[in-house]
Amino acid sequence: MNQENRLKDPYYKSLKRKMLFIIMAVSFAPLIMVSGIILNQFSVSYNEKLNAHLGELVLKHRQNIDGFLLEKLNNIRFMAKSFTVEELNNEVFLRNNLAALQTEYGSVFEDLGVINEKGIQVTYAGPFKLENARYSDAEWFRKAIKSDYFISDVFLGLRGIPHFIITVRQKSNGKPWILRATISFVAFNSLVENLRIGKTGFAFILNNKGEFQSKPGFEVVHGKSYSFYESIKSGRKTKDGIFFSEMADDSGKENLYVASLIKNGDWILIYQQDKSDAFLDLTHAKQIAFFIILIGGIIIVVTAFLLSKRMVARIAQADGEKELMNQQVIETGKLASLGELAAGIAHEINNPVAIMVEEAGWVHDLMEDEQFSSKENKDEFERALAQIKTQGKRCREITRKLLSFARKTDTCIEDVRINEVINDVISFCAQRAKFSNIVIKSKLQENLPVLRLSHTEIQQVLLNLMNNALDSLEKRGGNITLTSWLEGDEVVISVADNGPGIPRANLARIFDPFFTTKPVGKGTGLGLSICYGIIKKMGGEIDVRSVVDAGTTFYIRLPSRRND
Amino acid sequence: MAIANILLVDDEKPFLETMTRRLAKREFITASASSGHEAIKLLEKNDELEVVVLDVKMPEMDGLQTLKIIRQRFPLVEVIMLTGHATIESAIEGMKLGAFDYLMKPCEMEELISKVREAAAKKRRHKEKIIEAQLKEITMRRI
Repeated sequence: MNQENRLKDPYYKSLKRKMLFIIMAVSFAPLIMVSGIILNQFSVSYNEKLNAHLGELVLKHRQNIDGFLLEKLNNIRFMAKSFTVEELNNEVFLRNNLAALQTEYGSVFEDLGVINEKGIQVTYAGPFKLENARYSDAEWFRKAIKSDYFISDVFLGLRGIPHFIITVRQKSNGKPWILRATISFVAFNSLVENLRIGKTGFAFILNNKGEFQSKPGFEVVHGKSYSFYESIKSGRKTKDGIFFSEMADDSGKENLYVASLIKNGDWILIYQQDKSDAFLDLTHAKQIAFFIILIGGIIIVVTAFLLSKRMVARIAQADGEKELMNQQVIETGKLASLGELAAGIAHEINNPVAIMVEEAGWVHDLMEDEQFSSKENKDEFERALAQIKTQGKRCREITRKLLSFARKTDTCIEDVRINEVINDVISFCAQRAKFSNIVIKSKLQENLPVLRLSHTEIQQVLLNLMNNALDSLEKRGGNITLTSWLEGDEVVISVADNGPGIPRANLARIFDPFFTTKPVGKGTGLGLSICYGIIKKMGGEIDVRSVVDAGTTFYIRLPSRRND
Repeated sequence: MAIANILLVDDEKPFLETMTRRLAKREFITASASSGHEAIKLLEKNDELEVVVLDVKMPEMDGLQTLKIIRQRFPLVEVIMLTGHATIESAIEGMKLGAFDYLMKPCEMEELISKVREAAAKKRRHKEKIIEAQLKEITMRRI
């Protein structure tokens, strides 16, 4: 089975699949686990950090806004307590005070007014004509007259512009009066508008009825009720009084809300940010992680595929070599056991054959004393006895070969110049070749290394191959070419004839003991088997290539150790 | 006087019988033994025996052991080893131990006879030399 066919075997296919799966599993599992855990940790800590940051921000702004409101209230309280109602009812005095406040705080204070217990603005300083304006029905007045001080929600009022007012109640002659200041919506709104983060993060303020007290970052639809207040208050609350919640807006976008109550719980400061905007860095990190996993995954898959393919190819190759070696071991074992068997048989056969030959000899001896009735009979007896003798010798020849095949003799290892051996063999065969009209040629490479092996054995091998070649060419003549050359560290000898060739079916069996195609009595089928044994013992290789009607070539490869 | 006085030693009885007959027909005087022990006994009894044809492979005492004893106790007797191929090394070993020669089984009668003749001739030469030496000694003493 060659390498390619072997790899198509279902066993190797499944081995490859298993290897691929295992390599991928052991590579992907830690990759995914590590990335998953790190990403999750990062995500959690990022979330916490973001919440803490936003909470801090909202807390600071709450303090800022509350501080602003308290400061303005205190300004007005100070004024109400410092001056009498008579002083304040002086319009010029009031205008001067407004001017002083505006110098100190910019355009935060829009106007000032003094309102009597009936809700009539008796004195007014400001840009609008609101002298004697009647506020007795206004909601803020009803609340303001009941408490020492009051900060209203944002409303349009008589002037039709959003604003809110701060009032301080005082009493004069048992009658209450109110000092009122209008706070510019623009100045207040800028405090909230300062809170902007990223592309979508902004803040706004709602009162406890859900009405906007500052301008939010989105378009407010008139008449629509915004349920932020209740939803946010039902969210998670920290000990600093910061609320966290998440909600989807009308377009389905998830928003993050961080809020805190201000103005003693009347108002709520809400910070809103698009979740995808808030978590932009986290999303980036996730994208990078995904990209790294993807690239790593591709590398793992490619590596696993190549690695498993290469490893399975190696295993298949090793299996092939093992199979080949097993075959060789079996072959060697076959030869060895056959050798032992042959030795036993050879000896056992020799004795009976010796007796048979002796008996035939004895009959021949006796014939000398006999008178035969006809000469033909005597001749026939003699022919038969001669045949017995001839066949006895043949038996002896067979057993001799069997024994030389089986014998483990201590052969004499010596320095052998292979070209000399080849020339000797050619000269041995020259006579026989001449009679059969066979031409023996030689192409010998000069200066081949000297080989360390048994001279007689290599001669026996070459003679055997030559004899086979001569036998194949005996009938019609032809050429035999002996070649020698150096190939790497090996000396190669080839014996080629242009005889009838060996059929493919026989080619695989020619080194098997007792395999012969020669006529009965001509060959024992041991010659090539002995050659095979000898060359193997020398650490070499013997191989044959043959094409029917074109010829046969035997190759012998012998290891040379030049440095020995 | 017979051509030679031979002792055939082989564990194969049919071989012994036929060989004895064939040699007898050629006017050899032959005795036969089917084991080493028997051969030694015969040699002890019959000092006329000149040549021993000894098979190498035999049960109990094999050819080489028998040869050693013969060389020690009957140094004048010549021994021809008879062997199959499997025991050719033993035969060569036998030559080193003083066997006259060795023959391969199955052997040619002519070859055997010629080897036996040579061995017998050698034995007789030896014996003559010894007798000559003894005679000389006696003559010397007399003088």
